[in-house]
Amino acid sequence: MIVAEPKPLDAIRQMIAPYSKVLIVGCGTCVTVCGAGGEREVSFLHDKLRLAQAKNPDSIHNYFEYTVKRQCDPEFIDLLDAKTEGVDAIISLACGIGVQAIAEHFPDIPVLPGVNTTFNGMASEYGVWDERCATCGDCCLDETGGICPITRCTKGILNGPCAGPKNGKCEVSKDMDCAWMLIYQRLERLGQMDKMRRYYPARNYQAVPRPRRIVVKSNVAAGEENA
Amino acid sequence: MPNSLFEEKLDSGKFILTTEIGPPKGCDITEMIHHIDILRDKVDAINVTDHQSSVLRYPSLGGCLVVKEHGGEPILQMTCRDRNRLALQADLMFACQRGVHNVLTLTGDSIEVGDHKEAKPVFDIDSVQLIKLIRTLESGFDMGGNEITGVPSFCIGSTVHPEADFIEPQLVKFDKKVSAGAQFFQTQGIFDLSKLRMFVQYASQFPVKILAGIIVLSSARMAKYMNANVPGIMVPQNLIDELAAVEKGKGLAKGKEIAARTIKTIEEEKLCHGVHLMAVGNEGIVPEIIEMARSVSVKA
Repeated sequence: MIVAEPKPLDAIRQMIAPYSKVLIVGCGTCVTVCGAGGEREVSFLHDKLRLAQAKNPDSIHNYFEYTVKRQCDPEFIDLLDAKTEGVDAIISLACGIGVQAIAEHFPDIPVLPGVNTTFNGMASEYGVWDERCATCGDCCLDETGGICPITRCTKGILNGPCAGPKNGKCEVSKDMDCAWMLIYQRLERLGQMDKMRRYYPARNYQAVPRPRRIVVKSNVAAGEENA
Repeated sequence: MPNSLFEEKLDSGKFILTTEIGPPKGCDITEMIHHIDILRDKVDAINVTDHQSSVLRYPSLGGCLVVKEHGGEPILQMTCRDRNRLALQADLMFACQRGVHNVLTLTGDSIEVGDHKEAKPVFDIDSVQLIKLIRTLESGFDMGGNEITGVPSFCIGSTVHPEADFIEPQLVKFDKKVSAGAQFFQTQGIFDLSKLRMFVQYASQFPVKILAGIIVLSSARMAKYMNANVPGIMVPQNLIDELAAVEKGKGLAKGKEIAARTIKTIEEEKLCHGVHLMAVGNEGIVPEIIEMARSVSVKA
């Protein structure tokens, strides 16, 4: 899932300074799970902004809130049409995809990011999310014991560890496992040391010309309108 | 025919001495030239570091040209941290065309340990791929498969970490570097000769030259700092204690003594094909350490 972190309140207040009527829009998927931008966080932000305003009555805003199921799908964004009348700006608490999807839908309303979209990751324990996929477009996890060196090695190198790790930890942080130590141990456990010894050629960055697009209409169930 | 004077010396079987200089942060190269002048006749080659510890400096390639201009034999340190494959190939062509034929290939420290923490880390390729890249250029083609005119030639080195606490993956990487075409290795700092002995025994199956990396310690504090902050460095407690036992201000003298003693042992035991002396900011003391290594009796 996509993991995001709330922007500091001051940063949000600076962004909304020029606008009077502000709609805060949450997203019901990834950012709800990671506690950055779901219905609950929309409500918290709403309260914090009103509290800040009470302490500093110089800048007056009117706040409204609404949370859609997914900000990255036009079907759900359509539901915002009725909520945006007279709105001067929208704060989106979705990932950067949601922010842009809403901006495309409402070309005349400024859309402001309320979170920093951080990475694609998983919950490794309660309240802890770890990055796992760099969306490189050329997955090599079969070769590396199911551990991604592109994401989990700070240098993203493909032919084994650098000279930096100490006690199995990365030179960048004593709290971060060296991906290549993990890969080595895993491949050894799987009896696949040949994969550790194999030479991996340089990455093909043609797999990641930005922005990327994939078209797979046949794999997606058509809705009534599209059928 | 050897690709360089250094390669010729490597192949001669003599005990090799290399050292390194860190270029200045800025355009005043007076001190660097001074270091080159006092070092060039004492060592077989001088490495010029490539933004060591990810701290911005005058470029390695520029430093190598200065070494050449002042009569020294340069080894171009080249990391994968700051340049993509186009920039690396271009610099290699330039190096060769200007007579710099020794390259030390390195991954490069993380951007996060340096002084430009907000910079974009490149790492388009890694050190093994860089060795392959150089051999590809030597075959007359660039990495895109296009023919090049004026084929370069290099003596290629790389690094290895015999004191890594988890040695096996490092040895796998060493094997890959050898297969890719590395001819010589300058090791990370060696403090524990028993680990060097084990590594050298392993490495003896390959037709490559091993130069043991010797870091000159200047105090117990410096040793502890390096243990905590410099990637890959592990100074053992007995050396820290030895440095801590001397009176204040005598740390560097003790550090020089330790370095000279280590070099002497390596040479007398024929442990390696040579040593690579890293004085980390104290380049001026290298000739003295070499003299000491020639005169000290091996003890401890």
